[in-house]
Amino acid sequence: MSIPTNRAETPTLDTFVRGLWRENPVFVMLLGMCPVLAVTNSAINAIAMGLASTFVLLGSGALVSLLRNWIPKQVRIASYIVIIATFVTIVDYGIQAISLDLYAALGAFIQLIVVNCIILGRAEAYASKQPLVPALVNAFGMGMGFTLALLALGGVREILGNGTLFGIQLFSDNFQPWVVMILPPGGFFVLGGWLLLFNWLRQRAARKQIEHTGAQANAS
Amino acid sequence: MAESNIQVEVPQVPVTPSWAMLRTLGGIAAISGLLVVLAYQVTAPIIAENQRLRTERAVFDVVPGAVSKRDFVLKPDGTIVAAGQGARGDVIYGAYDASGALKGVAFQGGAQGYSDIVRLLFGYDPGCACIVGMRVLKSTETPGLGDKIEKDPAFQKNFTALDAKVGSDGTALANAIVTVKHGSKSEPWQIDAISGATISSNAVGRALNQAAQVVVPAIRRSIDILGHPNPSATHPSAAQ
Repeated sequence: MSIPTNRAETPTLDTFVRGLWRENPVFVMLLGMCPVLAVTNSAINAIAMGLASTFVLLGSGALVSLLRNWIPKQVRIASYIVIIATFVTIVDYGIQAISLDLYAALGAFIQLIVVNCIILGRAEAYASKQPLVPALVNAFGMGMGFTLALLALGGVREILGNGTLFGIQLFSDNFQPWVVMILPPGGFFVLGGWLLLFNWLRQRAARKQIEHTGAQANAS
Repeated sequence: MAESNIQVEVPQVPVTPSWAMLRTLGGIAAISGLLVVLAYQVTAPIIAENQRLRTERAVFDVVPGAVSKRDFVLKPDGTIVAAGQGARGDVIYGAYDASGALKGVAFQGGAQGYSDIVRLLFGYDPGCACIVGMRVLKSTETPGLGDKIEKDPAFQKNFTALDAKVGSDGTALANAIVTVKHGSKSEPWQIDAISGATISSNAVGRALNQAAQVVVPAIRRSIDILGHPNPSATHPSAAQ
């Protein structure tokens, strides 16, 4: 999705916001679907997964960017994967130190951050060509975009599937939870719903743009 | 003409010397090793403490009124010894109240549930010769159905005074613990199943029966060892 550029970029607000909206890794680029579907059965799991991925994005982005002139092209993928795996191991220990219950809930998906294509994609397409600061800003934007997308899924699934949000009861006991929402099919339903909404918004924006330029052309 | 064409096709890639690639991969591996070992060293004591607290919380949960615990090992020959003496076997936990008296013993059990093996922790009170608590340690049962074994208050009520008396020969329970169909519990050693989650309820019953048939007679035999906690290993409040 992003245009690979060899030019050093001055970090702007757009470097950050891009990951949140225009190049959102989940809703626009459709990357990292494995954790998106698997760990979003509650809002807290979604946030933890998002923050863990953000940490790995920041750490690997920084290291790849610092070493970018030192890594020969032929061994770059091997180098990136080792760097990413290092930060995933650190985050794995970190989550165990923070909460064992959370670690059990996220299961194998912490270790699987290594193969999350968002992270390798950022290293290859951005951090390896940019100085430290823009690489960090971009990685943070992407990480936040990923976290928000996971939260969007996890929030909806937890509210509908369990009647709670962050473990807080939202409805009276009369509410019959849609159990399917916290089961695997629910992940697909909610992801489909969000993608529909996002594409509709983007198409509407694009149509407005065309109408706008069309009107300008007619006026002149 | 042909010769110049061939020359155009030769790519103008600078040759990377092998040592540069080796240096890079070696260097990155060294940085990686350093960071991973550092992270491990920093977090290892915190993780060990978390694990200890989690086990302790689970034990206090299944033995109401307990404030300190001590680990024991149930050896395959049925004898119980204090943990940490190189003995191999299943770990069981002695739980003590504030005055240091034995409140109960917590032991693990497991059985195949609906989706995977359900691992559970049970609390046994030698005073009433009954099971006084049950807690799920690990389960992947279906949310909303099978996972009710953790949350359903009516099902949890089964484990407030579930009969686990040892038979007259002292080698097994007098009455095998069984899960019965919802609403048909008539004996104190029966577990009333959750309607709609029969397989998971049965798994709990089987896990408990299997473990208790071995552990409970062993506890009765070794009650002296369990009943005298090592003063150094008890909770500080036990000394008051």
